[in-house]
Amino acid sequence: MLEIKNLVVGIDGRKILNGINLGVNEGEVHAIMGPNGSGKSTLAQILAGRKGYEITEGQVLYNGKDLLAMVPEERAREGLFLAFQYPVEIPGVNSTYFLKAAFNEIRKHRGLPELDAMEFLALVKERMKVLHLDQSLLNRPVNEGFSGGEKKRNEIFQMAVLEPRLAILDETDSGLDIDALRTVADGVNKLKRQDNAQVIITHYQRLLNYIIPDFVHVLFEGRIVRSGGKELALELETNGYDSIAQAEKLQAH
Amino acid sequence: MNRDTKEIEPYLASFEKFERNGFSSEPAWLRSIRQGGISHFGDLGFPTIRHEEWKYTNITPITKLPFRPVFQRPAGSLTQQQTEQFTLGHLKSSRLVFVDGHYSEALSSILPQPRGVIMGSLASAIKAHPGLVQQYLTRYAPASEHTFVALNTAFFQDGAFIHVPEQIVIEDPVRLLFIACPSEAGAAIHPRNLVIMEKGGKAIVSEHYLGMTDSAYLTNAVTEIMLGENASIEYGKVQSESLEAFHIANIQFHLNQNSNLLNHSFSWGARLARNDIRAVLNGEGINCTLNGLYMAEERQLIDHHTVIDHAKPHCNSHQFYNGILNGHSRGVFNGKIFVRPNAQKTDAKQTNRNLLLSDTATINTKPQLEIFADDVKCTHGATVGQLDEEAIFYLQSRGIGREVARRMLVYAFAGDIINRISLEPYREQLDAILVKRLEGHTRIVESL
Repeated sequence: MLEIKNLVVGIDGRKILNGINLGVNEGEVHAIMGPNGSGKSTLAQILAGRKGYEITEGQVLYNGKDLLAMVPEERAREGLFLAFQYPVEIPGVNSTYFLKAAFNEIRKHRGLPELDAMEFLALVKERMKVLHLDQSLLNRPVNEGFSGGEKKRNEIFQMAVLEPRLAILDETDSGLDIDALRTVADGVNKLKRQDNAQVIITHYQRLLNYIIPDFVHVLFEGRIVRSGGKELALELETNGYDSIAQAEKLQAH
Repeated sequence: MNRDTKEIEPYLASFEKFERNGFSSEPAWLRSIRQGGISHFGDLGFPTIRHEEWKYTNITPITKLPFRPVFQRPAGSLTQQQTEQFTLGHLKSSRLVFVDGHYSEALSSILPQPRGVIMGSLASAIKAHPGLVQQYLTRYAPASEHTFVALNTAFFQDGAFIHVPEQIVIEDPVRLLFIACPSEAGAAIHPRNLVIMEKGGKAIVSEHYLGMTDSAYLTNAVTEIMLGENASIEYGKVQSESLEAFHIANIQFHLNQNSNLLNHSFSWGARLARNDIRAVLNGEGINCTLNGLYMAEERQLIDHHTVIDHAKPHCNSHQFYNGILNGHSRGVFNGKIFVRPNAQKTDAKQTNRNLLLSDTATINTKPQLEIFADDVKCTHGATVGQLDEEAIFYLQSRGIGREVARRMLVYAFAGDIINRISLEPYREQLDAILVKRLEGHTRIVESL
């Protein structure tokens, strides 16, 4: 589904991603872990299509298509979804209106009929229950005045409505208390299917107690330095990122 | 002969003609008001950009071409059907229609009003209620202070007159429709409106200016509004003149104790538009809100000069003005707030936010607070910015196209002002206009 080949990315002449290779197939959950500044969020932003990065080498194929050649909205319509680390507040744009517009754009792209207001509302109500979100949030402008936890839950709620094929969750656990973390993880797990995939980007292991990954990758200084099963996350929890750093230094010598 | 005299000469000549043929049948008091108007106009002349109040608005295009007043009632080329589109949806409302500044009885429809209410054309009120009109006309918009008010005073043909007696509530909104469709270029239309709300009176009134021609004309409107003790009014204005037109308008509010004013100014028509809005808070316990939205594109210039004069203690004033500027357009916002020495416990708040959609659009914004009392709360803020790229990316990342995303953000910015209208059908209608404009239909009739 997703194939990242030797991706090299910089910003203002400084290299951030240093030859990333990663393959994600349908039905898989991948976790990308790494210390601050290792390039995790950059990778997520690049995949979603944010401007301002210099992509100097490499290729990203998404369902066989050149992902990097697509504008952000095209990527979304093709089923890619990024749950933002810092969801943006958009004053004056009503949440329901926004989500319905997004939903119908994706439907149109898939050749499906658009839903009218009533049908959409029914769908939204059903999906809200999963995330334990208060329905009043939908009458408010997008993310405006939402608490940190509400913003994160709202991201996963949008994911539940838009039903992406590939979801990238960027530090979705940061700023969540344990109850909210459970709710969010529960939501993400319910959305997992045989025909979609999830990439969980996180600094800490704790989210992976609730969302069990099939693969764990460690990103360090812009490269994936180790890959393994879910036990790799536990190892990192015990030894910290320092052990990786030391191993890297040894290898360099 | 200097430049100024040359510019005003055609107007003086036009007045002489008017004096001989037109207004000889008018009552003496009105003739003298008009003579005062032209004499002040002669003294004041046209302002140049050297005048502080006109620093950013160059009216040379207006002075270059002498605009001639439309003295003749235009032959009825407009049909009822053409004006039907300017209704408030399902809501019933009274409608007074003026074509090129002349009242059209055929196109107007006034609903039955409570006892004692006078609603109709100013020209007929001058005949039927001369005492009342004489008492107020030019009282709040004196010809001595403003060239264009002076010009209007000399030449006005008609406008709306509304008198609401004590404790009377006018339930149905009143719409004043000013349609410009002069047969030749260079027409000057000088609407003159007078609204008198006695103690405890209530009403919802709006002015709509629109053009149905592609030729250049000048609208130079003056509106005077008096709110008696405890009276309240929601008074809106939509300026949607044709894009070759010039629009100059003066609205003067005189507010007495415990009265309530909610004013909206929507301005997106005309090649050059200047709106002067002044509210004098002449009593305690007044609530005064002036809101505005201006949207300009191509080479349009839209100017708002507002004055809130806190003359008495314990009053609140709020101002929310948003501007959206595209192309090579220019916007001007000058918001003056006076707090007189005895106006203690004044609470005044002013906000002017501007969105520049192109690199070539300009805004000149200037809050101007002159505070002579010490126990007051006055805040102001002006911002100039562009669309939030973070927000655009967020919307795009959910599948919404970039253009639609931009439109959503512009719509939200404008909606911030439209949502402050209390009357829902009115709000909905403006909302619909906005949506159409954002989809790119900006010319004349389609824009309404």
